[in-house]
Amino acid sequence: MTVQKWTAAKVARKVIDNEELFILDVRNEDAFQDWKIEGHKFEYLNVPYFELLDGVEEILPQLPTDKEVLVVCAKEGSSVMVAEMLAEEGREAAYLEGGMGSWSSYLEPVKVANLDNGGELYQFVRLGKGCLSYMVISEGEAAIVDAVRFTDDFINFAKDKGAKIKHVFDTHLHADHISGGRHIAAETGATYYLPPKDATEVVFDYTALTDGLNVKVGASKIDVSALYTPGHTIGSTSFIIDDQFLLTGDILFIDSIGRPDLAGLAEDWVGDLRETLYSRYRELAEELVVLPAHFMIIDELNENGTVARRLGELFKENHGLNIEDEEEFRRTVTDNLPPQPNSHERIRQVNMGKIIPDNDEQTEMEIGPNRCAVR
Amino acid sequence: MIKADHHLDAKGLACPMPVVKTKKAINDLEEGVILEVQATDKGSKADLTAWASSVGHQYLGTVEEGDVLYHYIRKGSDEPKVEKAFERIISFEELESRDGLILDVREGAEYAFGHIGGAKSIPLGELESRMKELDKDEEIYVVCRTGNRSDLAAQLLADNGFTKVYNVLPGMNGWNGKITKEF
Repeated sequence: MTVQKWTAAKVARKVIDNEELFILDVRNEDAFQDWKIEGHKFEYLNVPYFELLDGVEEILPQLPTDKEVLVVCAKEGSSVMVAEMLAEEGREAAYLEGGMGSWSSYLEPVKVANLDNGGELYQFVRLGKGCLSYMVISEGEAAIVDAVRFTDDFINFAKDKGAKIKHVFDTHLHADHISGGRHIAAETGATYYLPPKDATEVVFDYTALTDGLNVKVGASKIDVSALYTPGHTIGSTSFIIDDQFLLTGDILFIDSIGRPDLAGLAEDWVGDLRETLYSRYRELAEELVVLPAHFMIIDELNENGTVARRLGELFKENHGLNIEDEEEFRRTVTDNLPPQPNSHERIRQVNMGKIIPDNDEQTEMEIGPNRCAVR
Repeated sequence: MIKADHHLDAKGLACPMPVVKTKKAINDLEEGVILEVQATDKGSKADLTAWASSVGHQYLGTVEEGDVLYHYIRKGSDEPKVEKAFERIISFEELESRDGLILDVREGAEYAFGHIGGAKSIPLGELESRMKELDKDEEIYVVCRTGNRSDLAAQLLADNGFTKVYNVLPGMNGWNGKITKEF
């Protein structure tokens, strides 16, 4: 038997196409518990590689022979070793190139919709981390919202589409992942926007993203307009694109709402969050399609791989939008908050430009789930 | 610098090699000795910790110097249940109100990664030759990890004319108070 090498892109296709896969995860138990490759029809076995140094015989009965088996570890080395041991036992096995590091970095661009005059809206789904970024393309121009740090992915995608990146936005100062926004802007000459209330400590230049700001993309003037919606952070801003789409940043997700505690105290911002979700968003058209900056669980993916739902549906189904009692709402978003994302304080420092870790450190800081939401 | 009996250079090696090499190296060692593993793979800390506890070695701790991680592991942590021979024993609670010297007879590396503040370190193996550092008129409370080595140490001291010697039980793995680290 020979050992096969799979790319993160191949695994991403399995997730989106709803295929079966058996994952043998050979990382530490707590690493696996904290975060793993999620798929609708994936099955798992977690045995740390160091328990397999003397051989894999003991786990063979637990591995299926009628399904593909993918061995996964943190970086790659241990999964190669274990996959080779499986092959020696006559089992088909593959390993994930680059391990969980490459899974965390992989972006799958999925088209959300066609816009007027050949315009397009893309969602970049970062399956391994639950981050969602956006690109509006129209007649040779592009605007990007909430870009993650893999700047080449966005720059090359725009290039392939023959579009020049003109505007780059961050809906807020992110705490769960490192933004690529200002680097893309620097490389392409685009304008970089950030809400000034989130930017009091940043050490770079930016253009203020304020309520009512409006930019047009391309000759057909696809509308991108800003709506001040604080609550996750004090500066959090949403976007309405082409009167059809509502980019909610980390304020509203498909099955949860933004947590108000990652840049300060939950008590301080819970009122803003309430006001945004229960007043500002209520004034918007229910037909708007909500496009958030994150998803939490794989079930939030639609069949085509996008994460998108009508605002009207969320008003009906999202628990966080249906807590009538203010006091209960306050308790929901301040008590029982999930653990804070890994390294969130240092990630904020990076996004403020205060520290510049190397690539390996950035990968390390972003390991793990995003945990920006409260349910 | 922390004292180790053996050194393993796993610098520049990626996972799984630091654990593979450590496993191989520790096989050739005697129970109770300290192995220092030098590695540059950041993941080696979590992996060696989990591996050591899964196979019954005692992971002591890690010191970071520049890019290099120095891990310390003591071979075999499951000490056999020996009948303790030294009769004068004392608990941590009783110890609190007493004056005297706490003598820590674990290996230097174990001591370095966490001991009771003010405790003096003389590993069991060095006790015979360093006995003169101790005062026969002082109360001496001997502590180790589980109470076995301190039992042997207390007997050795008593045989050499120390009269106010106590074995502290259960030992450092039952200590919930503050610990001091010293590298």
